[in-house]
Amino acid sequence: MEGIPGQTARRPSALDRMRQDPGAILGFIIVAAAILTAFLAPWLPLNDPTDLNLDNRLLPPSAEFLLGTDHLGRDELSRIIFGARFTLLMAGSTVAIIMLIALVVGSLSGYYGGWIDISLMLVVDLLLAFPSLILGVAVAGILGPSLINVMIAVSIVWWASHARVIRGMVLAARQREYVEAARAIGASDRRIVVFHISRNILGPFVVLATLDMGWIILGIAGLSFLGLGAQPPTPEWGAMLNDSRSYMQTSPLLLLAPGSAIFLLVLGFNLLGDGIRDMLDTTTYR
Amino acid sequence: MRRLATLPLLMVGISIISFLLLNFAPGDAAEITLKRQNSGISPSKEAVAALRQELGLDASLPVRYGRWVSDAVRGDLGESYRTGSSISGELFRRMPATLLLATTALALAVAVGIPLGILAAVKRGTWLDTACRMLALVGAAIPSYVMAPALMLLFAVKLDWLPAIGYGSPEQLILPAVALSFGTMAQLMRLTRASVLEILGQDYMRTARAKGLTETVIVWRHGLKNALLPVVTVLGTSTGYLLGGAIIIETIFGWPGVGQFMITGITQRDYPVVQGFVVYIAVIFLLVNLIVDISYRWLDPRLHFDRQAT
Repeated sequence: MEGIPGQTARRPSALDRMRQDPGAILGFIIVAAAILTAFLAPWLPLNDPTDLNLDNRLLPPSAEFLLGTDHLGRDELSRIIFGARFTLLMAGSTVAIIMLIALVVGSLSGYYGGWIDISLMLVVDLLLAFPSLILGVAVAGILGPSLINVMIAVSIVWWASHARVIRGMVLAARQREYVEAARAIGASDRRIVVFHISRNILGPFVVLATLDMGWIILGIAGLSFLGLGAQPPTPEWGAMLNDSRSYMQTSPLLLLAPGSAIFLLVLGFNLLGDGIRDMLDTTTYR
Repeated sequence: MRRLATLPLLMVGISIISFLLLNFAPGDAAEITLKRQNSGISPSKEAVAALRQELGLDASLPVRYGRWVSDAVRGDLGESYRTGSSISGELFRRMPATLLLATTALALAVAVGIPLGILAAVKRGTWLDTACRMLALVGAAIPSYVMAPALMLLFAVKLDWLPAIGYGSPEQLILPAVALSFGTMAQLMRLTRASVLEILGQDYMRTARAKGLTETVIVWRHGLKNALLPVVTVLGTSTGYLLGGAIIIETIFGWPGVGQFMITGITQRDYPVVQGFVVYIAVIFLLVNLIVDISYRWLDPRLHFDRQAT
């Protein structure tokens, strides 16, 4: 369609295309709502998520406790909302760490090549030789149970595949004319990588990071489910799921609430990531 | 073949990482062993020092690594801190249960995911396609640790159709296998759909249509073989994903496999068990990927041409 002479109609912009994508809109709404609620949690009229009251244990939903209470009499709704805070904060910072490592390693490898490339990619190959969840569980288990250790374990096992993708992008970008031009006017290696190449791989990078949020949320909650992450009384969705298993017969809501929260947030990030990818990828535009 | 060339290097790398894993773990093997033998009483410093010397723990890191590797190659992954029993023996005893679970889940994912993916692509734009795409989105967002308790709640607690936990009978395999396979099934479906759609737009498909072949013949004879090639490549990754997911599923369903062994090892700070498990699974994963790689080359004649050309 593009490039037909005489065609004057405006080509839809990236944002126009995203507006026409109901999945991306839904994803955006879910993610925005989750971030907003998580951010506002301390100011919302909620009970303390760690406040135990054994007289109130396993209550059904009521006006005071909209989602009922858990096995220690804590307000389930406020635990879910404060759980969103933990989840977003942890997954967000883990993704940031992962992308930073991947960006540095991938750029060094792709830009310099040679023995730097060979040795860095050997480390990548090595990490990818382990099933990621298994290495993650082992590293978190040996470091000892805590949220920080889970973040470290997930970062260690997850950056490698991205480093390879970024290496590929840098490798392709390095041969483009604009890099040639920058070099011709005497730009330093660092300036070329930081200003020229980074800027041109930004799009795929954002897509990778958004889609990663879903995976990382699943990974962190999974390790917490196994008892390796959040420790009581932290309101964390994976740990809440694990606690609820003993009460599923009488209080199925305790299982369904954190389960749905994980599902919705991951779905939101996946839809948003897919949407951004389609928006930036002009080849799928017809 | 690059994969075959790097195989020994990867094996060495895996062994180094696994060895270091135990090396970073807190606790001293000699002290823990003595404590176990003395039924929990802390041993004297002299006794610990003597056992350290006997076990060779005071040797340098490379020496200990060398010893550990030569034992591991002969199938000796050390002893459990807790029970003192052989770790490789325990892994060997428990492996059939995990393999049964993982292969059933993989077979389910392949048997449901691939046909649904083909169907969705052929019937593109219909309600069936939409339903399949929704299923793929849902499958990617529901982790096994949500799926498993949810299935248990519905089919074991509410409907009472299937047993909630246990190992041994075919009925007891259904829930864990379905819970484990769901994510992989959704992923295979999504991939197959995309791959078939791409193939359907190729020139040789247009040629086949121009020859007057019916759409069914075209899809089955020309399309599928090419479309399924990229699907084969992810089967290796899927196996790794299923083996990892088995840790969680085995814990939930009380399935006596190697994953449950590992989680018990972690909660009891039995680090040699964790190390042994990681080595064991990594080697299996490496072999599976090698097999996938070889079969891919065997399935795709273009790769033979490439090799001859270069």
